[in-house]
Amino acid sequence: MTDQRQRIGIAILALGGQGGGVLADWIQEVARAEGWLAQGTSVPGVAQRTGSTVYYVELARQTGERAPIMAQMPAPGDVDIVIASELMEVGRALVRGFASPDRTTLIGSTHRIYAISEKSAMGDGRGDGDKIIEAAHKRAQRFIGFDMEAATDRSGSVISSIMFGALAGSRALPFARETFEAAIRHSKIAVESNLKGFDEGYRAAQAPVALPEQVDHDTPTPSTEAGRALYARVQKTLPRPAHRNTLHGLHKLLDYQGPQYGTLYLDRLERIARLNGPDVLIVEAARHLALWMAYEDTIRVADLKTRASRIDRVRTEVKVGDSQLLGVTEFMHPRLQEVCETLPAGLGRAILKNATMRRILEPFFREGRYVKTSSLPWFLVLRTLASLRPIRPRSLRYVEEQARIEDWLERIERAAPIEPDLALEIILCQRLIKGYGDTFERGLANYTQIMAVSARPDVTAQQLRTLRDLALSDDRGEALKAAQ
Amino acid sequence: MAERSFKSEVLKLTASEGETFRGEGILAVTKALLQSGVAYVGGYQGSPISHLMDVFADANDLLESLGVHFEASASEATAAAMLAASVNYPLRGAVAWKSVVGTNVASDALSNVASGGVKGGALIIVGEDYGEGSSIMQERTHAFAMKSQMWLLDPRPNLPSIVDMVEKGFELSEASNTPVMLELRVRSCHMTGEFTARDNRRPPLTVSEAAAAPTRDLNRIVLPPANFLHEVEKIEKRWPAGIAFVRDNHLNELFGPEEGDIGVIVQGGLYNNLNRAQELLGLSNAYGDSELPIYCLNVAYPLIPEEVVAFCRGKKAVLVLEEGQPEFIEHELNTLVRRGDLQTRIVGKGVMPRAGEYTSDVIRKGLMKFLEEWRPSRALPQSVQTPLDPTTASQIPARPAGFCTGCPERPIFTAMKMVEREIGPTHVSADIGCHLFSILPPFNIGNTTMGYGLGGAGASAFKPKDRRAIAVMGDGGFWHNGLTSGIGNAVFNKDDSVTLIVDNGYSAATGGQDILSSRADNRVRSTRNPIEKAVRGIGVDWVRSINRTYDLRKMRDALKEALTTKEAGPKVIIAQSECMLNKQRREKPLVRAAIKQGRRVVRERFGIDPDTCTGDHSCIRLSGCPSLSIKPNPDPLRQDPIAHVDNSCVGCGLCGEVSHAAVLCPSFYRADIVSNPGAWERFASHIRQAVIGFLQTQDNRARAARAF
Repeated sequence: MTDQRQRIGIAILALGGQGGGVLADWIQEVARAEGWLAQGTSVPGVAQRTGSTVYYVELARQTGERAPIMAQMPAPGDVDIVIASELMEVGRALVRGFASPDRTTLIGSTHRIYAISEKSAMGDGRGDGDKIIEAAHKRAQRFIGFDMEAATDRSGSVISSIMFGALAGSRALPFARETFEAAIRHSKIAVESNLKGFDEGYRAAQAPVALPEQVDHDTPTPSTEAGRALYARVQKTLPRPAHRNTLHGLHKLLDYQGPQYGTLYLDRLERIARLNGPDVLIVEAARHLALWMAYEDTIRVADLKTRASRIDRVRTEVKVGDSQLLGVTEFMHPRLQEVCETLPAGLGRAILKNATMRRILEPFFREGRYVKTSSLPWFLVLRTLASLRPIRPRSLRYVEEQARIEDWLERIERAAPIEPDLALEIILCQRLIKGYGDTFERGLANYTQIMAVSARPDVTAQQLRTLRDLALSDDRGEALKAAQ
Repeated sequence: MAERSFKSEVLKLTASEGETFRGEGILAVTKALLQSGVAYVGGYQGSPISHLMDVFADANDLLESLGVHFEASASEATAAAMLAASVNYPLRGAVAWKSVVGTNVASDALSNVASGGVKGGALIIVGEDYGEGSSIMQERTHAFAMKSQMWLLDPRPNLPSIVDMVEKGFELSEASNTPVMLELRVRSCHMTGEFTARDNRRPPLTVSEAAAAPTRDLNRIVLPPANFLHEVEKIEKRWPAGIAFVRDNHLNELFGPEEGDIGVIVQGGLYNNLNRAQELLGLSNAYGDSELPIYCLNVAYPLIPEEVVAFCRGKKAVLVLEEGQPEFIEHELNTLVRRGDLQTRIVGKGVMPRAGEYTSDVIRKGLMKFLEEWRPSRALPQSVQTPLDPTTASQIPARPAGFCTGCPERPIFTAMKMVEREIGPTHVSADIGCHLFSILPPFNIGNTTMGYGLGGAGASAFKPKDRRAIAVMGDGGFWHNGLTSGIGNAVFNKDDSVTLIVDNGYSAATGGQDILSSRADNRVRSTRNPIEKAVRGIGVDWVRSINRTYDLRKMRDALKEALTTKEAGPKVIIAQSECMLNKQRREKPLVRAAIKQGRRVVRERFGIDPDTCTGDHSCIRLSGCPSLSIKPNPDPLRQDPIAHVDNSCVGCGLCGEVSHAAVLCPSFYRADIVSNPGAWERFASHIRQAVIGFLQTQDNRARAARAF
């Protein structure tokens, strides 16, 4: 094992700014303190600005007078220890052949820092991390994996000290824990928190591979009379596979509007259930109908922004200490369009149709507003807006959305008996309609285009799926337009 | 102040005879210069050589005490021209820059100094930015050494060899009246190691002493008839003197057995990679006891004919390991072998890749091919590395470099993207610097980049009828040459184009060094020279300075105006906000101290409400900030991940501005976290909380009543 080795090669894969260089320095200091020779190299350059970087440290036992010749970069198949600060960097180490099943200890974080290509996708562009974990187990002699970001948070430290601790805890180096800790003390920078992080990493390295915690959603249970009645109705009228989504949907819609709206939701779902299509139809309809019916309007936003639970969440997220005060400012941009949509349908429509009115009113809604929710006046304004909820069913937006939903349901009903797959694709197209302002308008325009195609007699499910993917592939809608 | 402080490392530079010096390659070179009695040093920052400039800047006091003159040159051309001081006087001088780009800029002065020759040792330290991590075109500095006849040193990558080569380089330069280039590869610059120090030496003659007693030698000036004499002198005098020095001082090294029917000739800088490749093949050990004879070229140019012939004599074939192309050494070796009437086969790019870095793995593969042909009897271990399966590999996203968290350049490109959506795409000529990240996602802005400071010049061919081109220029590039090559050129040629100058207060991409227009106070340099003054001075009338780039509306409106105004002549927008990396470095300790002292401090950061975000990620497509990421959707029904701001947010404000200006969504909020609030503030907040809390409790009750 490594104890007998004359030389140990360590590759560190980190992102610019994660302190890979600090880690490399610490490791060299430990080795030198233990009487080994150490050399470190890196290629910082532009990668320092948030890109991936590889640091390489080589340690050699000092024997005799001659100095060994050290390598300046890790060679595939010749690396004893790999430390990667993020899951996809673990993957990158594997691609580059740094891990070998006969000798490499692979220490990697299981958390994700998403790359720009993953973040900027209009839908879900995330890479599959499970595949990386699987490969890490297979391709390294030993894989030590845990969520280093969570460990960083827990210890109030930085990720480099976590990695350093994990390296010590892996016992892949023949050096004492005290020597590692001495290196941290020696640096004289943030010694206390780095030692805490070190300890966190040290312990995590002894534990089995741990993935980041995932939130499990319990199926909601009714808490009110109305809720129980709706619950009973679900049990009776809808197939079992659809229950989970339906109950989540009811939970959302009662919170959004009230029990009557929940009844409307079930009325609509039962129409889909009566089509007797495959289960997936009603399962997805339960999801997308709920999302559609809980469309985002000004009332909803004002409601969500003023809740006590929201302020609590913000406090935790931005880490406000007990002795600190918190101010919260929203960036809202209600345009005349949104304001009219909140008005009763007749009035709203009249204003939007009247060019003179528009010209007079629009300037008032051209600028974005800084809404300080934590101040009393703005809180009251938002709360008043939220209190319009009971009259929402008379609003222009409500009328428009319900008409769109009805149209969508009818399309599903028409398609399902002939081609259930096509009906499913129509259901899934709800995903295109989301967001606010320009985003909403773009999504709706894409949806409308695809629905027009869905009405063609020779249309296939595959075609709709392709068009939907195209709509989600660029935000100028050019791909979608080109495909028609 | 540069991004990285070397104040503590600088102390190491005072190490005296016999002490062990431990540090980075660049620092070792710096120490070696002082040990060599260098009289003046100059250069221009750029990876991988930036740290050398930073070390010298931080070592100013030490340099002054030694009588060494150090200058942060305006450009590589300036630095190279500085070597003029070694032409007439026995002054040792060193200049440094990133190569090949810096050498390109410097080449006019280099040709002149190489033609006239030098009296004092002239050393040009080039950081060869080639291979992994490089940010520039892949070319070789070797060509410059050849064309101007400068010697090129490429020492084995360990600190004692590198330090030794610096000292020998000066001697070689003086012995042959020829400037010497010292090539350091990226990894060698940042490589840690140790060597035994010697005392620093005061230069025997300082630059001021030289200036006090000027001498002049007409024969050293490049003008007829001296220029013709120089060429002859190069061939008849300096060349043989150089060859003799390299040979007599054994600057090139031999390793392995003396005899053998095959051998390897390797560039010094690749020696360690070669040995590791040999180790993996069982042909050498950790100490370099090679089974094959090796001729290591610590001097890559010129080759020493008698050494080459002696090495090749009696060998069937010699493998030459020469990184990059064209393969100058391989060509020359063939010539030398031919002239020596040897039958040795020179094997180079035949088995080695023509392009790309020669890592130990690449060399291992090439060596195997070479041995298969020339020593088939030697059994070699076959590596059995199976590549990662493609479906898994395809999950791994590329991670290109990008703007830092809170970077003031980001909003500039957000504004450009918004203008582009409004009035259609324009041709964008990009410059060198952090702002070049605009060409990458999510902005995808920029059509070409022609070199440092040449953003303006790169747009000069466009004489549009209605659609103007935009040139981007960094403040670093502006002072480097952009003022004349871009702005002056546009004024003179009555260009109608738009130039956007990014003024972030530093030469930011190279590590935050100060430049003319930096707002920092610098004890030894003149800063605070506004770009606007220079631009107006050179004759531009239409200038808009925007002193907060995060003001997206102003940015966008200025751009739109510049692109559409009827006014003729060049339009210049100067977008000013301090580089966030440097700002944070400057302010963080101050803020920490202020909080500790109990003073009121407000920290701003942004956040996103997970229940209003619908996961479209428009905000990310207009920003790309590292702190603006995604996370799994907490809504059990929604599937697309939602946007999320992590705690590394520095509260630059762009997120909010984007959602306003692009009419995105109301999910963003700004949190103002007040440390050490005053008594009244605390009281007012308490009252406010009480009222809001009371109302929220009522709302909660009502909501529970209508809930599921």
